[in-house]
Amino acid sequence: MTKKLKIVVLAKQVPDTRNVGKNAMTPEGTVNRAALPAIFNPEDMNALEQALYIKDQNPGSEVLLLTMGPFRAADIIREGLFRGADGGVLLTDRKFAGADTLATSYALSQAVKKINPDIILAGRQAIDGDTAQVGPQVAEKLGIPQVTYAEEIQEITDTKVTIKRRLERGVEVVSCTLPCLVTVHATAAPCRPRHAKQVMKYKYARTVTEDTAEGANYLLPLSDYPYLKITEWGTADVGGEDSSYGMAGSPTKVKKVENIVFQAKEAKKLTASNEDIDSLISELLANHTIG
Amino acid sequence: MANFYRDNSDLKFQFKHPLMGKIVELKEDNFKDFGKYDYAPANVEDAIDSYDRVMEIIGEICGDVLAPNAEQVDHDGPVCANGRITYAAGTQQNHDALTKAGVYGLSLPREYGGLNFSMVPYVMAAELVSRADAGFANIWGLQDCAETIHEFASKEIKEEFLPRINKGDTCSMDLTEPDAGSDLQSVMLKATWDEEKQMWFLNGVKRFITNGDAQIKLVLARSEEGTTDGRGLSYFVYDKAWGGVTVRRIENKLGIKGSPTAELVFKNAPAKLVGDRKLGLIKYVMSLMNGARLGVGAQSVGLSEAAYREALKYAHERVQYKKAIINFPAVYELLAVMKAKLQASRAILYETTRFVDIYKAYNAISEERKLTPEERQENKKYSKYADMFTPVLKMMSSEYANQNAYDAIQVHGGSGFMKEYPVERLYRDARILTIYEGTSQLQTVAAIRYVTNGSYLAKIREYEAMEFKPEYAALKEKLVAMTAQYEQACEMVQGKGEEYIDFHARRLVEMAAHIIMSYLLIIDAQVDESFARSAEVYTNKSEAWNNERASYIAAFKPEDLAAFSAIKEEYVAEEN
Repeated sequence: MTKKLKIVVLAKQVPDTRNVGKNAMTPEGTVNRAALPAIFNPEDMNALEQALYIKDQNPGSEVLLLTMGPFRAADIIREGLFRGADGGVLLTDRKFAGADTLATSYALSQAVKKINPDIILAGRQAIDGDTAQVGPQVAEKLGIPQVTYAEEIQEITDTKVTIKRRLERGVEVVSCTLPCLVTVHATAAPCRPRHAKQVMKYKYARTVTEDTAEGANYLLPLSDYPYLKITEWGTADVGGEDSSYGMAGSPTKVKKVENIVFQAKEAKKLTASNEDIDSLISELLANHTIG
Repeated sequence: MANFYRDNSDLKFQFKHPLMGKIVELKEDNFKDFGKYDYAPANVEDAIDSYDRVMEIIGEICGDVLAPNAEQVDHDGPVCANGRITYAAGTQQNHDALTKAGVYGLSLPREYGGLNFSMVPYVMAAELVSRADAGFANIWGLQDCAETIHEFASKEIKEEFLPRINKGDTCSMDLTEPDAGSDLQSVMLKATWDEEKQMWFLNGVKRFITNGDAQIKLVLARSEEGTTDGRGLSYFVYDKAWGGVTVRRIENKLGIKGSPTAELVFKNAPAKLVGDRKLGLIKYVMSLMNGARLGVGAQSVGLSEAAYREALKYAHERVQYKKAIINFPAVYELLAVMKAKLQASRAILYETTRFVDIYKAYNAISEERKLTPEERQENKKYSKYADMFTPVLKMMSSEYANQNAYDAIQVHGGSGFMKEYPVERLYRDARILTIYEGTSQLQTVAAIRYVTNGSYLAKIREYEAMEFKPEYAALKEKLVAMTAQYEQACEMVQGKGEEYIDFHARRLVEMAAHIIMSYLLIIDAQVDESFARSAEVYTNKSEAWNNERASYIAAFKPEDLAAFSAIKEEYVAEEN
């Protein structure tokens, strides 16, 4: 049975850290964003493919992209439209700036609440921060279940979704009630290419900010072609506490940045017992990974 | 992460040609689709922007999917079992990626699911695909069949078949038979009309059919019982779902191994007539052939590009005697000539394509309304240019693709002979280009009439009359002298019999081709200086090539033919 689903894909515009030149880092040890091209975070692209696949299986479903970033992050929404998404929202506001994962997930969860989707898909992690925290934090803030490391959405019904997960030593198939949040792994199917007709249809898609920018001169006016308008939301649109947004809502402070070489590559298996967690924390404190 | 369109500024350059505006306007016919289809352009600039963006999509798929798959596809090849063909896994992936990108049916009208692009981007897409995998270019290029259906079939057939192209159905054109290769008039496959079933049925064998197990086939068959020549042949469309056609075997080929070449058995296979009876060969196949030759031109240029890039890369990397080999004159001459041949081939490819674009657009408009006298004249003019240029393009670009593949291996030395480098594949893939869709010898036959009736000369004079920057005066002077020499050579062969002209035909056509292609490069160099070097190299080489031909013709007496024709009396000795 097919169902008309509302699907949100969380996507991030990131510097392309896969092809780094010698100017990739600033002397201060932060990423030199100007030297790297801004791209659609690769695992978010895998998430988009899963969303479009669900839509293929359930005609009439709607895929919306949600991204937070500066004005130019509208590129992310356009990229999604070119590949088959139906629309998107750009969260942009000075108050969002300087957000760590906590403040980011707060902003995203506020927007998701407003959209009220059946399922949320996101990449496992972004290639600039590699935290893999934002997806799970959004799920926690929304109070919905989450499935991480998804490789394939196998089945989706009115009430639940069946997912194959990629784990360290194999795969696991789980099912989860809807609504839920799924983070998608790089081993999932690559995203389909841009579709010629979608590209031609949406090439002039833009935010109002872009439309009214100085020197902007678009062929098709937004008033006559409403599908070309990319929604922009600020803090006022999504509500919530100002103190939880941006710099103010970000407890993370970077103390210093060091170049490190990984000593070990294997994973370590821990149980969920307090004992195991305590011993891990002690170990991480001892080798100064945290603290 | 490679994009074969973005990494090659010579392609985007084509969209800036002064004729592009006219081409788009004719193709879009007052932009009548704007407002009707949300992806139709509003004006010339908008249309060219769409061309550019769609070429980016194709360029990316070529760089990221097709090219990385090429080696494995060459190795695996398709498989034939139980009368059906299965593509190599990579071939299927290539096809799926292009289908998902919605780029099949690039030139078909929007009402049939196409993108309604003009021929320039259509040919460019073929060039891009060929650079990535010249074998796959055949499967991609057979969407040409849809063009033929669109031009000549009934509305009913168009509606039945054309929308399937954009969704990924592939085509084949089933012409050749065991005893009908270059000579298609000998086609024997029989078409019989069944009054009761109100359907045509096909019986017989086809051979050397590229992509022979396609969903949609165009089949040349003998519909008129008792006839033996081209006038008894009609053209049919066949749907794989109707059954009756099985694949007997697939060929084991030297190159383009990913593209299946099949022998087919037709046993009471149902089919529908395309257009009118008896016009199969004399009208429809001839039209399809011209399109196919343009396609081989694009395939040749794409392969030349790949060969040049491999050679250039290797020449920089390979160090001998403590320096990269590109620093040796013997190597850099090879590379500069490769580039000149590549750019000259591309120049005539798009010049020809623009001519085709314009006359085809007029043909399409003439179906909707009567053309004005001026339009009819333009249509005739460009149609003639296309006929003149197509054989020259096909012959020259395919010969150059072979020369470039040969030289690419030479630059690689012993490594180029090994399977580890892609140049040996390019060399094998190139070999068919001077053969199929009419050998170079047959292109000469098609072109020689334009030598003898002065059409090439008149076109050369048109180029000569254009304005050139002062720094190109010396090159132009050379070309003026070469033109006089060509004229003289043409006169020399007159009055010495048909066999004498046929004997020198290739030399004369090549002389004209060298002059035309030199002019095209100089014209491009007026707009973009990056063509200046190739314009110089190619013109200088052409001067030498033409001198050789001219002196050979000048010294050649009619009685000298005998030394060559005597070969007819020699036979391969058999063991006693």
